[in-house]
Amino acid sequence: MSEENTKPIFSMEALQAGDRAEFARMMDHFSNPIYRLGLKILANEQDAEDVLQETFIKAYHSIAKFEGRSSLSTWLYRIATNEALMLIRRRKPTLELVLENDNEEDVTPVEIVDWCCLPEEELLSSESRDFLEEAVQVLTPPLRLVFLMRDVEGLSIKETAEILEISESAVKVRLMRARLKLREELTHYFGAQLDGKEVQYGSAST
Amino acid sequence: MDPHQHDSANCKDLLANISAYVDGTLREDLCVLLEEHIHSCRNCEIVVNTLQKTIDLYHEAAEKEGAIPEDVRSRLFARLELDDFIE
Repeated sequence: MSEENTKPIFSMEALQAGDRAEFARMMDHFSNPIYRLGLKILANEQDAEDVLQETFIKAYHSIAKFEGRSSLSTWLYRIATNEALMLIRRRKPTLELVLENDNEEDVTPVEIVDWCCLPEEELLSSESRDFLEEAVQVLTPPLRLVFLMRDVEGLSIKETAEILEISESAVKVRLMRARLKLREELTHYFGAQLDGKEVQYGSAST
Repeated sequence: MDPHQHDSANCKDLLANISAYVDGTLREDLCVLLEEHIHSCRNCEIVVNTLQKTIDLYHEAAEKEGAIPEDVRSRLFARLELDDFIE
């Protein structure tokens, strides 16, 4: 859902005049990425559906006031991520601090195992894909949002910064931390699979 | 500076640039330094490769995903009272 591809498709004039057919068309176009993003942020289907519905209800009511300073997709993503963050806060109010501050934990790599040689069908098995999703939940919400937008949804650094209303350099720092943290998680997981193979095929006799 | 001399300061430098490196946005002179370093430091080479692989796996997993479930889509249209326009 990059800006170049989505900007000219819909008539802002019709949308702002309350054209329901045009809104429905626009909603159908953006509902998939918005739902998917919500699902990945929250790891809960009902919550993701709530975010999806609230996003378009808010958009429907405020599109007349949309000034077009950002693209339509950036605007929708911003509403959706704010809704998702609100749900997280409501679910775990004690997380407030973590939500507001960048995670300063050390990201120096600890696990050094070369698991790139594992076969692709193993790296992308359904168990592995479940693990990829679980691992994202280990990230603090600020890191999680940046990672999902940039590396899963494929948005640019600039778009991600606009959606989250933070600087591009803040996006880069969070992205680096998120990626290193996930590399660590995946190394732990796939490293164990490599160990398993060594036990299976090697000389270990337990 | 001898690039083959492994020290932890070089490894720390690598860490600061690794994310831009895998995105292909790192300045060329820094790329050269980083590549010289990973050539002589097996641990950093593994970190770079597994970081790249981590990002690739998330990309590939995202591409395999299906569309929004049909029931979620119809409830969305119903909630907005836009059922008449669902195709």
